[in-house]
Formats: sequence, structure tokens, C-alpha cells
Amino acid sequence: MTSSLLFNITTFAYLASMLLFFVFLAARAKAVGSAAMIAAYFGLLAQTLAIALRWKESYDMGVGHAPLSNLYESVVFFSWTIVLIYALLDVKYKYRVIGAFVMPFAMLGMSWAQLGMDNSIEPLVPALQSNWLLYHVITCFLGYAAFAVACGISIMYLIKAGHEESADRSAGNALLTMFPPIKVLDDLNYRAIMIGFPLLTLGIITGAAWANYAWGTYWSWDPKETWSLIVWFVYAAFLHARITKGWVGRRAAWLSIIGFAATIFCYLGVNLLLSGLHSYGGK
Amino acid sequence: MTSNKRDFLKSIWDFFCSLKLTMFLLISLALISIIGTVVPQGIPPQEYIAQISPAKLKLYRALGFFDMYHSWWFVLLLYLLTVNLIACSIKRLPAIWKVVTQPVTVLSDGLERSLANLATIKSSVEPAALKGRVAAFMQDEFAAPVVTEVDGTWHLFAQKTPWCRLSVYLVHLSVIIIFIGAMIGSLFGFKGFVNIPEGERVSKVMLRSEKEMDLGFSLRLDQFTVTNYPSGAPKEFKSILTVFENGQPVPDYTNARVIVNDPLTYKGITFYQSSYGNAGNYYFTVNNIDGKNPVTLAIAGQSSVNLPDGSSMHVLEATDDIAQFTSGLTGPAAQVEVHTADGRTESFVVYANHPELNLQHAQQHGAGPVINYKGAEKRMYTGLQVARDPGVEVVWLGCLVMMLGIYVAFFMSHRRIWVRIQDGTVTVGGNASKNQGAFQQLFETLVKRLETELSREKTL
Repeated sequence: MTSSLLFNITTFAYLASMLLFFVFLAARAKAVGSAAMIAAYFGLLAQTLAIALRWKESYDMGVGHAPLSNLYESVVFFSWTIVLIYALLDVKYKYRVIGAFVMPFAMLGMSWAQLGMDNSIEPLVPALQSNWLLYHVITCFLGYAAFAVACGISIMYLIKAGHEESADRSAGNALLTMFPPIKVLDDLNYRAIMIGFPLLTLGIITGAAWANYAWGTYWSWDPKETWSLIVWFVYAAFLHARITKGWVGRRAAWLSIIGFAATIFCYLGVNLLLSGLHSYGGK
Repeated sequence: MTSNKRDFLKSIWDFFCSLKLTMFLLISLALISIIGTVVPQGIPPQEYIAQISPAKLKLYRALGFFDMYHSWWFVLLLYLLTVNLIACSIKRLPAIWKVVTQPVTVLSDGLERSLANLATIKSSVEPAALKGRVAAFMQDEFAAPVVTEVDGTWHLFAQKTPWCRLSVYLVHLSVIIIFIGAMIGSLFGFKGFVNIPEGERVSKVMLRSEKEMDLGFSLRLDQFTVTNYPSGAPKEFKSILTVFENGQPVPDYTNARVIVNDPLTYKGITFYQSSYGNAGNYYFTVNNIDGKNPVTLAIAGQSSVNLPDGSSMHVLEATDDIAQFTSGLTGPAAQVEVHTADGRTESFVVYANHPELNLQHAQQHGAGPVINYKGAEKRMYTGLQVARDPGVEVVWLGCLVMMLGIYVAFFMSHRRIWVRIQDGTVTVGGNASKNQGAFQQLFETLVKRLETELSREKTL
């Protein structure tokens, strides 16, 4: 058994889970929803083992390091955190249908990593040889994942709210009965961001601490740093929107979606389109 | 007139207290910050200047786009945000302070109507005795109650973590602490850079402001090494440094190792491994095509020298063993670039062990000088970032306060329970500042338990 094989199994499990969730939405059969969830849990388990195995494989190669060192490894880890955060929400709140809007993110990540990227294990370049790598990457990606889940929930909110407001209530109703009430969606969105915001804050702080330790400046307005701050501003706006008249509901949902778009740009756009200190994406 | 003035001041105050301003500032900061991630910051590189029109360049310069995070308009937005959060805090603090320090201990009808969680329990036990039992129950199961008697009716009030309502102020305060830390750093700290060739000692560093600064001690690079992985990827950049005080090496700072992610700190000044390069000379002999007029040349690092025929030359790359690049050849070789006097640029390889190839090249290229490579001196230089930031501890304090504040603000809630005992009816009410679902469960469990408790007492 190699980590590579396990990652392929993970990708298929997430694909199956996503498709089953779509069927669940259409057919509204409880058993299908459970099957989708089982596929997601199975994928999560396989991926956890795969990440652990890849970690071990790197030690066997004599270049031992946590599998968080390049774009491939980070995309894989991102998928893992998305499913993890979704699983936690499922255990706590049991709104299964959210999976139809969250699993696609995890599935896309894994497919991109498996099909479009080089998965060979490389030794760590000097800049990444620090324990801060682990703390920084884990906090950031757990935060990103929570925002991905919040984004999925916000899309559901907008679909449902849009439908409730429109005059034609009959069309597509069957599909929407599966959705939780908009009040619940709004609350879940907030809860997901409540997980993500402290983690993002901690991610920025650990990044600053690392930068200070390695380069002597905790903040240098590098594009990655600036974009992480932009994301932070958007979610800070989201949190204040909830207590601001005229900003509750739809606008808050939009802020959550814009926040996730900014998150994705911070994660991928900065590496692929801009230049800076976080150069792993350039390769 | 004075009332107009007061209205004006009040409207300014209200403006700064408004959450809409907060939303505006946060979204503006997010949008404006994008500029500096697209436009290069600092001195714009030549390639970038070539890309944009002169008019655009002038406009960007005037707007401060090349140092936008220190431009007046960006800093103004940060100040506005600070004023906004201070004003908001001042406006809302008194009411919240009152909730925290002077709780309403009596369950009035008005309060009862406003509570989301309510329950009533019937009991025939005499009110004063009932009060004792309920108080004991609250003490055991929730928190110690305050007991008040109003016209023969007993009111009990208990609460948990009222202070967590202040957590938002902690977060706001943390932002201000971080700003203060950043200001201390920019006023009393410095950031600079220094290149030290192997074996040399420096006592001055170049600051970002392009001024030189005296360290008050000196620093010598004993050795710089690069280690590679078998694949050729870099594994370690290492500088061995010795600190000198009054010309004498400082005992604990002799042969100190500095690698990426492991800096050296002396007297509050920290040195970080940042870059490196070759500082040694490349040696050549140059002679006419007939072998006359030999001249020995030394070229230091990246610099260029003039050749006897008026052209100039610099080294692009050099190796100690050409065999790994070209089979059949041996010994040192250098890739050089020659700018001829008539404006042509040629790039070619010259060798130490193959003078015939050097001669052949010269013959084929207009009988120019014959260049023979003689090898390179092994000497590296290290590039170190140098920084001192006395504000950094303040920034970490701010970060700590922020995490603490965010944690309490998100995950703790102020829970209150009121009980009224009147004419054999026990009315229980409660609310929480956050996480209503969890509180509702707690409330229902508590009421159920209180009911059992009181009914058991009855049968005794």
C-alpha cells in the first residue's frame, strides 16, 4: 500500500460522495444521504492514512518532513481539512444536505492534485526548515476549510432565500424542501465562520511570528500577507454585519462568498499570478 | 447657535460611532489593499517601468502606489478605523458595564416577557422554605443566587461569566496594542542589510532608508557554505560569524552559526541569513593573437573590466570542472560576456586546460584578443538582514490579547437565570448572550431537575 494509491482511493470516495449527495438532493431518500456521508467518512479515513503514510515515506527517503511543503501537498491537505470541518458540523448539527455544496470543493481539490500535479516527495528547502511550518500551515488551512464550508452554506442560503422571495413558489420546490430553513443556514454560516476566523487569525499570527524569526520582520506587506489581511478584513466585516442594520441575511451571505473567493485568491492566486515570499505555487 | 454647534458635534460623534462606518472602512481597506499586491512595492523594477506608460508611472508615483501601505490615504483609513472602534467602544461600554456590574436581580413582568426561556412549577410548600430549597439547588447546579424579597415575593438571580460580554472590547483593545507596537518599532527600531565577504569585518550596515548605520561592534564572516541535496536542490545556507568588540572577539559569539530560520542576536540586533554570492576574483590572461602582450586580469564577482582592445568583459558563470558539462574537456572554465568597442555583445566559454580552444575562438571572431581562464579564487560573501524591533513584544502581547478576546467572544456566553416564588408558583426564566440552542437545552434540563427536586421534597 502506498500513499499514492490511497490518495486515488480518496479521490474516488469524494467523487462518489458528491454524486450521492446530488442524488440525495433530487431523490430525497434518506438512505442515499447516509450512503453519501459514509463515502465521505471513508474518503476522510483513507486520506488521513494516506497523509500519515506520505509523512512516513518521506522519512524512509531520508528527507523526512510533514507533507505540507509544496502546492500538491497543500491542496491535498486543504481537501482533507474541508471534509474534516464538514464532518464536525455533521456530527454536531446533522444537516446532511450541506454535503452537496461542500463535497464538490474537496472533490475538485483532490482531482486537481491527483491529475494535474507532480506528487513526488521533495526535500525541504532551507526557508521551510522550521517547526513554524507545521503550526502556520495547519491553522491557516483549517481556517480556509471552515470558510469553504461557510461558502457552501451561503450559496444554499442565497438559493433558498431567493426562492422564498420570488412569486413563483412551485418551481424547484421539491429540491428546496431538503434545505434547512434560511434561519438555520444563516446560523450555520455564522458558526462555520466562528471556527474559521480564530483559526485564520492564529494562522496570520503564526505566520508573522515565523517571519519575524526567519527574516526579522513580522509584517512586510508581501502579497500573501496582504491578501491574508484582506480575507481577515472581509470576515471581520461579516462579523460586524450581523449586528449592523441592513446587513443581516443576504448581504452577510454574499460577504461569506466573497470572503471565500478572497481566501482562494490568497491561497492560489497569489502564488500562481503574483510574486512574493510564498513561492511554492510557482513551480 | 450653541445648540446648532452641539448638533453638529453630536452628528460627528454619531458618525464615528456608527457600525456602517465600520463596514465601510473594513470593506474599503480590503479593496484598497489589493493595489499594493498588483503594483510592485518599493523602487519599481526596470521591466515594470518599461511595461507601463510614462503618464501612468507619473500618476502612480503621485498617488504613492509604490509605497501604498505607508501612503497618507492608507494610513488615514487605519486611523479612521482606530477612531471608529474607540468611539464605538466608548458609546456601548457604559450599558454593557451596567449589565455586568449591576445585574437586574428581580424578575419583573416586563423582564419576564423579554425572556426566551420560561417555565413555571407549582408547589404547595411555604414560600420562605421553598426559597431556601431553590437557592440551594441553584448553588449546586448553576451558580450562587442573589436573593431579594419584594412585597412577600422572593426573587432569586444567578449568573455565569458576566465578564465575557467585555471580550469584544478586548479584541478592539488588541488592535490598538498591535498598532502601538508597530509604531514603537518604526520609531525606535531599524531594518537594514549587510554583505560580508569571507574573512572581512564590517561595523556598518545599510538601512532601508539608504543611510549607513554604525553597529557599535563589528562582525566578521569566517566562512559561508552552501550544502545541496543529492538532487541539487539547496539544503542549507550557512554563515559562520564572529562578533568583535573593540577589536577583540566576544567569547560566546565566536564562530556562531547562522542559517535560514536560525538567526544570531547580539545586543538586541539580530542577523538573518538572507542571500549569498561569490566575492572572489576570477583570473584571466589576455594576449594578442600572436601571443604577444600578455596581461593578467582579475575580475571581482559581478564587476566588469576593460580589455586591452577597448572592449569590456564580465563573468556570467564559472566552474571548477567543465567535464560535468562538456565531455572530453577538463579543468576550470568560465562563461564570459564581452561587449566590443563597436557595440557587439558576445558570450562564450573560455578554458584553463584548453588554450587551443581559446585561440580558435579568437581566430574565428575577427582576430580579437585571446582570453585564457586561470581559475577562480574560492571566496563567498553572505547577505544578512539586520533588524532591531523593540515594538515586537508589544505586538505579540496584542496578538495574545486578540486571540483571548476572540476565543471568549465566540465560545463563552453570559448566562442568567431568574426565579420568582409567588403564591405557590415558581417561575423560572433565563437567557444567554450567545449560543441560544445550547442554553435552551441547559435551561430545560435545569427546570426538569428542579421540578423533581421540589416534588420529592413535597412527598417527604
